[in-house]
Amino acid sequence: MLQITRSPRVFDVVVVGSGAGGGTAVKVLTDRGLDVALLEAGPMLNPDRDFKEHVLPYQVDHRGAGPHAEVYFNRSPWAFGYFAAPNGNWTLPGEPYTMASGTDWKWFRSRILGGRTNHYGRISLRFSDYDFQPEDGLGDPWPVTYAEMSPWYDKAEGFIGVTGTKEGLRTAPDGNFLPAIAPRVHEVLVQKSCGKLNIPCIPSRMAMLTKPLNGRAACHYCGQCGRGCRTASAFTSSQAMIFPAMKTGKLTILTGAMARELVSDGNGKVTAVSYVDKATRSERQVRCRAVVVAASACESARLLMNSKSPRFPNGIANGSGMLGRNLTDTVGYSVNGYVPALAGLPRHNSDGIGGMHVYVPWWLYGDNNKDFPRGYHIEIGGGFDMPQLGFGGQCSRHEGYGKKLKDTIREQYGAHVHLAGRGEMIPNKESWCEIDPSRVDQFGIPVLRFHFAWSDHEIRQVRHMEQTFASIIETMGGQVLGTQPPPERGISPGGFIIHEAGVVRMGSDRKKSVLNGYCQAHEVSNLFVCDAAPFVSNPDKNVTLSIVAFAWRASEYLAEEMRKGNV
Amino acid sequence: MSDLQSRRDLLRTIGAALTTQGALSAQDTQHVHHTVMQAKAAGKYQPKALTAHEYATLQRLADLIIPADERSPGALQAGAADFIDFLCAASDDMKEIYTGGLLWIDDEMRRRYDGKDFLEASPANQTTFLDLIAWRKNASPELNPGIEFFSWVRRMVADAYYTSPIGMKDLGFMGNSAMTEFQVPKEAIDYAVRRSPLA
Repeated sequence: MLQITRSPRVFDVVVVGSGAGGGTAVKVLTDRGLDVALLEAGPMLNPDRDFKEHVLPYQVDHRGAGPHAEVYFNRSPWAFGYFAAPNGNWTLPGEPYTMASGTDWKWFRSRILGGRTNHYGRISLRFSDYDFQPEDGLGDPWPVTYAEMSPWYDKAEGFIGVTGTKEGLRTAPDGNFLPAIAPRVHEVLVQKSCGKLNIPCIPSRMAMLTKPLNGRAACHYCGQCGRGCRTASAFTSSQAMIFPAMKTGKLTILTGAMARELVSDGNGKVTAVSYVDKATRSERQVRCRAVVVAASACESARLLMNSKSPRFPNGIANGSGMLGRNLTDTVGYSVNGYVPALAGLPRHNSDGIGGMHVYVPWWLYGDNNKDFPRGYHIEIGGGFDMPQLGFGGQCSRHEGYGKKLKDTIREQYGAHVHLAGRGEMIPNKESWCEIDPSRVDQFGIPVLRFHFAWSDHEIRQVRHMEQTFASIIETMGGQVLGTQPPPERGISPGGFIIHEAGVVRMGSDRKKSVLNGYCQAHEVSNLFVCDAAPFVSNPDKNVTLSIVAFAWRASEYLAEEMRKGNV
Repeated sequence: MSDLQSRRDLLRTIGAALTTQGALSAQDTQHVHHTVMQAKAAGKYQPKALTAHEYATLQRLADLIIPADERSPGALQAGAADFIDFLCAASDDMKEIYTGGLLWIDDEMRRRYDGKDFLEASPANQTTFLDLIAWRKNASPELNPGIEFFSWVRRMVADAYYTSPIGMKDLGFMGNSAMTEFQVPKEAIDYAVRRSPLA
């Protein structure tokens, strides 16, 4: 019989997961003087060792192909390439998930301190008033309004640092911004093209520091944010939140700790978190007065569903039966275009901050002529990107060889634009997750089984993206490259955009939701969920900034409730 | 590629630059100097997976795919064959592609050109043959193995070249470096806007 080791110490709060939500909870709770234990299923992050931000391809023998040329055979062990910051992958050895017949669901999971924030795109958009209280009758309202959330967005932006400009758009509420960064040449063309089409194209809102902030240095504009940033000028929860919290003496970090179950007492309060210590493959428990689950949306739902007791036979806090329901991801669709006006462009350093300097916020809110609900924003790529393996892929378009091929590649370097739509999915009954009754992972923990389907709403939205992107590219004299598949095949697979949300939803009706507006379980007052799982909808405004804002608000509320003796 | 050969190629490049542009910039001179020094320091690459003949054939293909020109050295000088051999040593799947593909080319060349393999054939015969396998429009049961193989070689030669110091310089990439501020040159914006329908 396995011996379960219980910690003698009772922490004020155990936080499960160290990404945007867990990092925020750790920061806020330790700032308030609470004793916090942080469980992270992966290892500690060491930026000096793990980040390859300034390495040039030829400084590595295989140049990023992998020690066994894996990249050339589509067997890359890295989701975003050899040089990307460590942050997870589409498959994890020993940690399977399953899918119902007919479902194609991609589940990106992270196992390292900082989680996906070590690498994410850092696009930081506020949800709009109508995102919280929809006016079109689809989906459910949130138990929180934009007016209530606005001060928390201020705090989140003020801490992580977000570029931007005041634009006064209802679809893209203004925030507490750092100075914006100048548009690159291709972005100037996209802006002018959009101007002609009456589409707004505004400075991007990105979590990179155009000025020093909270002890973090200003950006040095190497453009390699996706590889991790040793100066922490691009936001990560690991560097900006957790490392500083370690210095307070209030934080205990348990790495290699795979949470298995929330242990509750007869009164329905969580008393401990049970986890598998990966190094010893033994089960341990860490005791606590309250728990913040921020393991990423689906992992959080899985942990709650796996926490069964006589009082909660279907998973802790799941009296509503809503655990696992309303699974959403962002709608994704993208095209590449070649723009002759950019051919032979005078060379300069176009790196700037990693990612786009301008973007297109949704612009057709309230338009009744379109055939799909809600909307999308457009992300813009291009410029003199660092040549990396894969650069030779364009030869398949040019063909031939010799001086002409060399001239063509030189001429067209930097003359491409990439437009990516990121749109809202309406929650539907066919998209959800549950515990697979017959599979466990290598730690003996039952795994998730996914069900997922796009509806016509999303397919029609993709058709609109396709037409809009072609207009933008053609108006600047360019042409879309390749033939576009029909929308039902061009749409990204579910989960692929890595914005999964909604499976532990909040709401004011405890029969229809698991959490209240403070991310606190209706049925378990010392249980909070602080990632994208509580989100009632998944607006076209990438979830991370809202995860930070909601986690900040929930953590302040929790600290206050503990001070008052209510939790 | 011997030091002698590489220096000869670079001298030829310098000669071409001198005749077309009048003079090499100080930066280019520095670059050429640096490249020669690097080649000397590294010594001659010893193939790890391919035979001397296979390696020499691959070098010739690299030279034909991305040749040196008045602007820059080519894929031969940038060590594209070395990169490919290195990966052949690292992956049996890769080695199979190259040993098989190179044999196929020699075989086809011998059938077409009096028993001469690719390296033995005249430059004109070499390019006549590449003109067949460098284009998908020539797809046929007879040529398909070559078209497939050549697309591998071309893609990897281009990958190797443009991720090398020589290739990055050819493109004019000047990023991934620390800067105190970010600016976009006005002349670059004017250049693009002027050439677009948005002027």
